Amino acid sequence: MQVMSIRVTDACIGCGSCIDECPFGVISMEGERAVIGDGCTLCGACAKICPVEAIIIERGQKEAKAPEGKDVLIFCEQRNGQVADVSYELLSVGRMLSDKLGAQLTAVILGEGIKDHAQDLVTYSVDQVYYFDHPQLKLPHEEKYVSLITDLITTIRPSVFLIGGTTLGRSIAPRIATRLGTGLTADCTGFDLDEAGNLMQTRPTFGGNLLATIICPNHRPQMATVRPKVFSMPERVADYPGQLIEMAVPEDLKALSEILSVTEQDDETANIAEAEIIVAGGRGMGDAKNFALLNELAKLLGGAVGASRAVVDAGWIPYAHQVGQTGKTVKPRIYIACGISGAIQHLAGMQSSDVIVAINKDANAPIFQVADYGIVGDVLEVIPALISELKGKG
Amino acid sequence: MNIVVCIKQVPDPSQAKIDPKTGLVIRAGVKKILNPFDLYAIEEAVRLKEAHGGKVTALSMGPPDAAEALKEAVAMGVDDAVLLSDRAFAGADTLATSYTLALGIGKIGAFDLIICGRQAVDGDTAQVGPGIAEQLGIPHATDVRRIVSADDGQLVVERMIENGYETIRMPLPALITAVKELNEPRMPSLKGMMRSKKMQVPIWGPGDIQAEPERIGSNGSPTQVYRTWEPTRKITSQMLEGTPQQQARALLEKLGQVQ
Repeated sequence: MQVMSIRVTDACIGCGSCIDECPFGVISMEGERAVIGDGCTLCGACAKICPVEAIIIERGQKEAKAPEGKDVLIFCEQRNGQVADVSYELLSVGRMLSDKLGAQLTAVILGEGIKDHAQDLVTYSVDQVYYFDHPQLKLPHEEKYVSLITDLITTIRPSVFLIGGTTLGRSIAPRIATRLGTGLTADCTGFDLDEAGNLMQTRPTFGGNLLATIICPNHRPQMATVRPKVFSMPERVADYPGQLIEMAVPEDLKALSEILSVTEQDDETANIAEAEIIVAGGRGMGDAKNFALLNELAKLLGGAVGASRAVVDAGWIPYAHQVGQTGKTVKPRIYIACGISGAIQHLAGMQSSDVIVAINKDANAPIFQVADYGIVGDVLEVIPALISELKGKG
Repeated sequence: MNIVVCIKQVPDPSQAKIDPKTGLVIRAGVKKILNPFDLYAIEEAVRLKEAHGGKVTALSMGPPDAAEALKEAVAMGVDDAVLLSDRAFAGADTLATSYTLALGIGKIGAFDLIICGRQAVDGDTAQVGPGIAEQLGIPHATDVRRIVSADDGQLVVERMIENGYETIRMPLPALITAVKELNEPRMPSLKGMMRSKKMQVPIWGPGDIQAEPERIGSNGSPTQVYRTWEPTRKITSQMLEGTPQQQARALLEKLGQVQ
């Protein structure tokens, strides 16, 4: 398996261009020579800029441990009997990977009274569905999930384990990976296999400005969390001959923490992570009360309402709506930015949306640089026009 | 209550600009800042100390100049700071990083609570916090928006989920990761800045924390970067002209083709 390492040769003239180029700022100068420090991700930006080709990134061979199993396991997340969309999306990725690997597609689901859901998963061409059904699992208790899933993995030894990049998934995956001592790649948006059948996991990093393909050559399972809305829903296969396997839940399943309550906020316009369409507002909306227009437009389009940091900080709309670096990263099919100038922190959270629309008074706003469609105009005129057009179509 | 706050120094995202011609990020000479999410972690730690007494220690792993980020935490009211820095730590993925930080926490001493920012804005993994909790065998809650109570060795928190929040009770010691809703970080005080200016941040290497060489840095990292590239952003913006009504109609027509 190929691995990479980086070194600086004697050819280094100490010009310092690599220091400026390094996106992670980990290069320093010791005497007349560049030194690559902690935090290097081997991105290669320094090697590219080096005028004397003194920075060498080497691909070497590392002895690979024999992989154990070859199957693909998908974590199917459910809350109140509702399976998360991203879990289905993973079943379609999992089918693609297991076909290429000549392996079985397996899935795991946990909850109370979920046998029917487990049975239903089989019809997405899953070869084995493992389910844990117990009153103790009524709520998605992370510690319990982590121990049951880790035990299952130790038993069935999958080669690949994929988890939806939800709040729950992003929280349990690192614990499972750490307990198993294996690698985990966060928030992936693409998968492929190399000749040896190793999983090539692609993810955006550095606020979406750099894409990295990550491998986990010597450890199994190869684990990744996956960004929602990237992959398509799988086809149903009515009579798929998959197996349903009930797993025992130990009566003395221990957990230190306890979920005291789950409070659902029925503001459906706040679920920006899973929305197909997001109508987002910024300072250019002028006033908190004008967000009513965004709500109305979002409802007409069947979408959610996003917001820039500035308006969240101003208290116009709750934090759950914030898109961007200190908010959520979203990837809807359509993102309509209304009165958002497009600071780089905001772009980091939405620039991988399929189609971006920008509506802004200022024709020079940076948001137009990433927009597929731009409207220079007053949001307070354009949005009402959109609403009346949509209503007119009725 | 003794608290450890894990922080990271990251390139300043607000300094990065997009080259309008190439659509790529201009990265030259970007200065480094304290990871934005860590400000909420530091603020909450300092507030808990003010309410319950105890001591707050900031911990980071990174190159020697990451001491600057630790000093910023001190200026905000953190008592002590430690930097884990050594060539042997380089190339660490989230597994090796959480192992290293967990050892650092162990050496700092008895603790009740560990607070991390939700994620660092350079790697965006959000994996190190839960990883540390697992290494230490303590419970954790991510995306914490409010601490409801912290007494009698118990912590009750509200944790954001997709469509609301969960209220979770954990025995201490525990680990939480902070989101922006948790608090409003304070500005450094003059006294804090004076203290941080004078402070020599101790630097610990693998020997100081008795790290197993095969579990740190690139040796201890199951994941490896195979390749990286900059996404080419298509810049084919189409401006829609006319009256608001015409613009609205044109846009819906375009979006209709998308749907």
